[in-house]
Amino acid sequence: MTVATPQVRRDRKKGSGVLGNTGLYIAVSVAAFLFLIPFYLIFRNALSTDPEITGENWKLLPSFQWGNISELFDDPTVEFAHSMWNSTVIAVLSTVGTLLFCSMAGYGLARIPYKHANKVFYAVLATLMVPTAVTFVPSFVLVSSLGWIDTYRGMIVPGLFSGFTCFLFRQYFLGFPKELEEAARVDGLGYWGAYWRIVVPNSLNFFAAIATITFISGWNAFLWPLVIGQDPNAWTVQVALSSFMTNQTVNFHLIFMATAISILPLVFVFLFLQRWLVQGIAQTGIKG
Amino acid sequence: MSTTTTRGVARPAPAKASPARPRRGLRGNPTLNFWLFTGPFLIGLVIFVFVPIVWSFWLSFFDARYTVTPSHFIGFDNYKQILTNSNFPASLVTFTVFAAFIVPTTWALSLGLALLVNQLRFMRAFFRSVFFLPTAVSYVAAALIWKMSIFNGVRFGLANTVMSWFGVDSMSWISNPSPPWYWLVIVTLRLWIQAGFYMILFLAALQNIPPELYEAASIDGAKRGWQTFRYITLPQLRATSTAVILLLLIAAYQAFDEFFNIIGTKATWAQTPLMELYKTALGTDQDYGAGSAGAVILSVLICIVTLAQGKIMGFGGGEEK
Repeated sequence: MTVATPQVRRDRKKGSGVLGNTGLYIAVSVAAFLFLIPFYLIFRNALSTDPEITGENWKLLPSFQWGNISELFDDPTVEFAHSMWNSTVIAVLSTVGTLLFCSMAGYGLARIPYKHANKVFYAVLATLMVPTAVTFVPSFVLVSSLGWIDTYRGMIVPGLFSGFTCFLFRQYFLGFPKELEEAARVDGLGYWGAYWRIVVPNSLNFFAAIATITFISGWNAFLWPLVIGQDPNAWTVQVALSSFMTNQTVNFHLIFMATAISILPLVFVFLFLQRWLVQGIAQTGIKG
Repeated sequence: MSTTTTRGVARPAPAKASPARPRRGLRGNPTLNFWLFTGPFLIGLVIFVFVPIVWSFWLSFFDARYTVTPSHFIGFDNYKQILTNSNFPASLVTFTVFAAFIVPTTWALSLGLALLVNQLRFMRAFFRSVFFLPTAVSYVAAALIWKMSIFNGVRFGLANTVMSWFGVDSMSWISNPSPPWYWLVIVTLRLWIQAGFYMILFLAALQNIPPELYEAASIDGAKRGWQTFRYITLPQLRATSTAVILLLLIAAYQAFDEFFNIIGTKATWAQTPLMELYKTALGTDQDYGAGSAGAVILSVLICIVTLAQGKIMGFGGGEEK
């Protein structure tokens, strides 16, 4: 039996030989091809003219109408630039605010010895039982009573206090090395000083992971901006795109150019921040 | 509080002159600091999470049409109304059908992709990125591509174009509820967006399986492939699978974006629970009472499913054998 081990192991290392490997790469390439089709369609349609999109025969490559970009932004009836701006403001401020509030609370819950800390923590956990999407009716009731319809406040503030993100930060800070805090103590720092000068600078990876996830969900959010942004001036990119779909007056190539531009920031985020994103997802598990 | 103006608070910040306590903890009063750190978050949580939930629970017992401060108490009438005289029960059926499609397919596809990617030795990062990339795309943008390009009912839609190569007639995928081809549209869209995300979770889990297990199995004569998968990989992934299935269920339950944009709220079919809530509370009726009742029902259902699954399958990350 023991003799068999090395041979078996060599078998495994080799995969199942060249043939098995080829099969593997064929399978994975076919899957990748299918996954890339929608991106190809956005790209092709965004740089085509309308007759090319709707023409009889499928055109594999677009005629590269780069002018579609300026046409989209110059069109006064579309107001796409403004919705891009709205989305940027909302996604950025949501991310900053969520990180600030949730990380501080998570640190407090994890690391500051207070006898009722556990009770507070259970109160936070209880909110996880009710998914945020289901509470959009009550939240809308509250936000409209505050007069926050069509405002950035209304879009951003209710989403900042995420029990789930706070929970993730707490779990992370529970594992934060005690020695570093010890160093802060030796330096005579209080909790506040230690947090900003020692804990946060040494947790940037985790902050980056949470920031990426929060930014993406802020940028892609639809239901809440749809409910709160009733005036076209308050529309985010997603609401604007949605309106194009039902609005017969906007041309195909402009709709697809808008779609392309709307996903561009996130594709960059993915390409450059993927490391943190993957790490964030794998570590924290799971997005709510 | 007054000592903590900005984050620039420097070292000499007179953070309470508590006499140098030996060891244990940082300087300063823990209780005060606890509230300093958690207070802003907790205030927000109370105002924007607890208050709406309680308020909504209260509204669900009142006649709250066009008002959020009603005075006419009607007991369980809102619940009766939304469970009998509305499309809300039908939306629960829609959700069930949707979940029956999307949960197993996403589970299988994301696990399959993870197994494939895990075996790659070169270009692994590339393929992982390709499968992961759709996670960046919003449901709205994807709905737009699916509705206007891939499954466009006219000839130039991609699906119809490909079918025409094989001599099959064009068909309208979305605007016709029978036969219900719209499920293909909806399900492929969500599969495309979320498979890569769950693939990442499975990849992480696969890498945590001790390689000795596979060696031991092959010594015991297990054939590579199906047998090791069935008796080693799958059981080792149980915790992750449980978590993934639960997440998929909850996500399916809250489906809104792609249904709203592809099917629309005016259709009589394929309306999800959140769409019904949206129409009840924010449509022409503005019936906050019935809408709140629906939200309460949905929340209770989600809690039950979560707790039941946690009980039955053991919550993710628990003890594994």
